[in-house]
Amino acid sequence: MSSFFSKWSWKMAWRDARSNKKRLFVYISAIIIGVAAQVAITSFRDSLNNTINNQSKELLGADLEIETEQAPPDTLTAYFDTLGGEQATITEFPSMVLFPKTGNTRLSNIRALKGNFPFYGKLETIPAEAANNFQSDSTALVDQSLMTQFDIEVGDSIKVGQMTFAISGAITKVPGEAAAAAMIGPRVFIPASVLDSTNLIQSGSRIEYKQYFKFTDNRSMSPIETRIDSMEDGLGIDIDYETVEERREEIGEAVGNLGKFLNLVGFIALLLGGIGVASSIHVYINQKISTASVLRCFGASSNQTMSIFLIQAVVLGFIGALTGTILGIGIQYFLPGLVSDFLPVNVELTVSWLSIGLGLFTGTGVALVFALLPLLALRKASPLYALRTMTDSITSLLSNKTKVTIYVAVALTVMGYATLLTESWKVGGLFTAGMIVAFGLLLLVAKALMKLVRRFFPSHWQYVWRQGLANLYRPHNQTATLMLSLGLGMLLVSTLYFSQDMLMEELEFASRDDAPNLIFFDIQPDQNEGINQILRDNEAPILQNVPMVTMRLDSLRGRSTQAIDQDTANNVHDWALQREYRSTYRDSLTDSETLLKGEWIGTNPDTGRVPVSAAQEIARDLNLEVGDSLAFDVQGVPISAYVASVREVDFQRVQPNFFMLFPTGVLEPAPQIYVTVTRAPSEEVSATIQQAVVQEYPNVSAIDVSRILETINQFIDKISFAIQFMALFSIITGLIVLASSVATSRFQRIKESVLLRTLGASKKQIIKILSVEYLFLGILSALTGLILSVGATWLLGYFYFDITFTPNIWVIVIGTLVVTGLTILIGMFNSRSVYKKTPLEVLRSETI
Amino acid sequence: MDSNPILEVTNLTQKFRSGDRTLTVLDHVDFSVDEGTICSIVGPSGSGKTTLIGLCAGLDRPTSGAVTLNGIDLGPLNEDERAEVRNQHVGFVFQTFQLVPTLTALENVMVPLELRGMKSAEVRHDAEELLDNVGLSDRLDHYPAQLSGGEQQRVAIARAFINKPNILFADEPTGNLDAETGKTIEQLLFDLNKASGTTLVLVTHDLSLAEQCQRIIRLKNGKIFKDEWVENPEVENIK
Ligand SMILES: Nc1ncnc2c1ncn2[C@@H]1O[C@H](COP(=O)(O)OP(=O)(O)OP(=O)(O)O)[C@@H](O)[C@H]1O
Ligand SMILES: [Mg+2]
Repeated sequence: MSSFFSKWSWKMAWRDARSNKKRLFVYISAIIIGVAAQVAITSFRDSLNNTINNQSKELLGADLEIETEQAPPDTLTAYFDTLGGEQATITEFPSMVLFPKTGNTRLSNIRALKGNFPFYGKLETIPAEAANNFQSDSTALVDQSLMTQFDIEVGDSIKVGQMTFAISGAITKVPGEAAAAAMIGPRVFIPASVLDSTNLIQSGSRIEYKQYFKFTDNRSMSPIETRIDSMEDGLGIDIDYETVEERREEIGEAVGNLGKFLNLVGFIALLLGGIGVASSIHVYINQKISTASVLRCFGASSNQTMSIFLIQAVVLGFIGALTGTILGIGIQYFLPGLVSDFLPVNVELTVSWLSIGLGLFTGTGVALVFALLPLLALRKASPLYALRTMTDSITSLLSNKTKVTIYVAVALTVMGYATLLTESWKVGGLFTAGMIVAFGLLLLVAKALMKLVRRFFPSHWQYVWRQGLANLYRPHNQTATLMLSLGLGMLLVSTLYFSQDMLMEELEFASRDDAPNLIFFDIQPDQNEGINQILRDNEAPILQNVPMVTMRLDSLRGRSTQAIDQDTANNVHDWALQREYRSTYRDSLTDSETLLKGEWIGTNPDTGRVPVSAAQEIARDLNLEVGDSLAFDVQGVPISAYVASVREVDFQRVQPNFFMLFPTGVLEPAPQIYVTVTRAPSEEVSATIQQAVVQEYPNVSAIDVSRILETINQFIDKISFAIQFMALFSIITGLIVLASSVATSRFQRIKESVLLRTLGASKKQIIKILSVEYLFLGILSALTGLILSVGATWLLGYFYFDITFTPNIWVIVIGTLVVTGLTILIGMFNSRSVYKKTPLEVLRSETI
Repeated sequence: MDSNPILEVTNLTQKFRSGDRTLTVLDHVDFSVDEGTICSIVGPSGSGKTTLIGLCAGLDRPTSGAVTLNGIDLGPLNEDERAEVRNQHVGFVFQTFQLVPTLTALENVMVPLELRGMKSAEVRHDAEELLDNVGLSDRLDHYPAQLSGGEQQRVAIARAFINKPNILFADEPTGNLDAETGKTIEQLLFDLNKASGTTLVLVTHDLSLAEQCQRIIRLKNGKIFKDEWVENPEVENIK
């Protein structure tokens, strides 16, 4: 290493670089965008974490939250009193709301507030004072996005249950909640004092009772936690509590996952840049072999010659990293706009030293690591090559063992860095494996395509076409590098696009003409007939009208669920043990159900145990076999049952499906609510039906499928925009790699072109030859990326979403056209000196 | 005349494999060159001249046989050690000049001494003087691409002399030049030899150049076909 620090090496590095400055910078520019992406995201993540830490109390809005699913019993409220401090109560539940002005209805998230919540942070409204006054005014606060959607203004009214409120403010921010929450369940705040008058608190409704505490003393939370745990056991009800610390961790983790994901997507850009650097340096060093050999002839050691170029790689890598870092700090300021809807806090952006350090370090590191192969090969350059030019690529000097060692080292570096970014070996490893597979496949497809071109070479084509096509596989071609970098960028972006397309199409399928589009639930038995009548009046078919009975699992195969839960070695999923089962009963299976195992028994034979049918999913999670005994607690009444059959349920159909299906003759006397499914023939009819139902039966909730689809669409749009923004870095890097590869190979091509011109080729012919070359490069790499992304999306659809993917041919055509066009454009721009300068000018200057 | 050999070549054989054929380029070559001699190697194209002096300068390893330079057996030395030997004792002028394209004429000449760790300022004077000797005092800061072929050849010669080598190998130093420039270069070599007493080993096609030397080694098909001493009054006078 001493030669790395010797003055001579630095002097030579400088002398060698000074006439190549521009060219060298082109080589290193490929990493700039990748570094910028890393710095921007890391800095943003850092700022976000700081914000979350600084505002941790605002995230919960209190020091402690205690939540129950039923009105807290007296013992619990008595305990609340002993805790003291300042307290507030929120009763939260879903319910339909109606805007009388426009007649719009929407399933919303109602929160009845008593007290000064939030104690930390602010409930932000327009006008601001509304948040403070709505309790005394008996007015309502409504999510701003909902108001905008329905064209409602402050001063208009909203009907919640039996009560109509004046809207005194539009909610813009609820502490600790992301704006996207409004898309799923728009929030409506009402004063707790009028909660009873809404008449919405009935049995069967899903209500959360939340008690908030603010303690002025810095008391420890653990005694409270212990106490609540013991009360939970004593009272036999679920009591959840959340402290500031827990909320902070929870949100930090969720936000962290988003950051990690974006970081990884950005890292791909850096890797692409690395490949660009590797190929450019490779070509560059190849041209330096004779210089190195001459220096060896005059007595330079192998380390000395290598040091010259090592120094250049490190210094240039650093310059590239520095440029990227500065750019990244700028880009950071665009990120909040992309993801702010998903963040529960307003990020205070700061320039993070960690990200700057990371940017400089990784940028330089990537430049170095990816230049390693040709640099080490240069050590082997014998002085002999001063006598006889070397024909092979320089890396052929390295033994296979050295090459493999370098590849493994590069893979380990990548994995180490990915692990650092995601804080998980598993993710880092998977990421690296994925990249290796993607690179391998891209190279494979690229090689196969080139082979095909050679094999079926169109020898009857015009000269310029043949020459341009042949450029793809002639010596010193950059085909593989370009296919890799452009192809990977293409693969990334089009996989994103295709997946989005696939999901959207699936959703549209759900909204096709004959599919149900309106679902009513929480229908009380005495309301069922009334609602059916409304549907008939509006000529909407009643597709399903089923009773639903809520129950819990008491024991499984003779063991109590509690005992199983506490047994760490159990083989069942906790959620399946503890969840509330909403089951129905009928005497037959529907056409969305298929029997897999056992026997379907439609009526209870009255032999003591009830034969139930379990859906495949729940059978798997509970590890159920046909014949296993089950005990249910149906709202206080024990029912013993056994698994008579396991059936497959098509959960993708828009209709109520049930994990546990009972035969007739058991659940009829149990308290039940109804679910009704219909298809409104038009949006107007759908609105009319919903209005009528909300007016008459305010406790009944409606799910409007088209509205949900809209929401999901918006959601996917927003998320994919953020991801595509990150993928954009890869595309830009791909284009820069393209530009630098073209610049690199130009030194090769330029001589050929000049020779051709000397031999009488016209400018036009030269331009044609070059554009044919870039045309094919563009088409081939776009196709390679697209072919692989169709495969990737198909796999994703098959294994993950259970959807069969059929690619949209237009996306492929347009994608290919765009990439090809860009390739030709950049290629021609970079080759302009080939046809602008006179042959003599070129021959003299390009000998360097 | 003291008969102290500065270069000893014993039993030197060089074979190349190309495909499944083995090509014997040098076949048991034996000779030695005394200090201060001007010796020329001639032979038809492809007879192994470049290969031979490349081996003599330690630029490659022979298939078998040994080369002893200035009393040092090159055989056991590794690449870096041989580079060190070249730096201390050897000058080399290539058939194809081989200037470093990214260095100016002056910097190209300074390379061998700078490699020894000397400062540019210390070396600069000597290098300028040498370039002046070869008539390029007004081309110091030109890059190789800005020089004509003959000018590049002269820079290469200046570079070969900068480390005051005991022995200088020149591979067809006039091969690429017109007759007139060739004459100038020849004169230069002889003059520099005269001034510092350097042993010269010249490879050439040019018989008139060969005849000005004290000794002519004729290579043919990888073997020494004839090794003769020339009565050369001019050279004798130098001695
Ligand atoms: N690395 C190699 N692999 C295969 N053959 C080689 C190699 N190096 C040299 N040769 C062959 O060895 C023979 C001698 O080459 P060399 O360059 O020494 O000839 P030369 O006498 O210098 O010729 P010229 O006068 O044309 O320069 C040639 O036939 C050449 O093809
Ligand atoms: Mg030769």
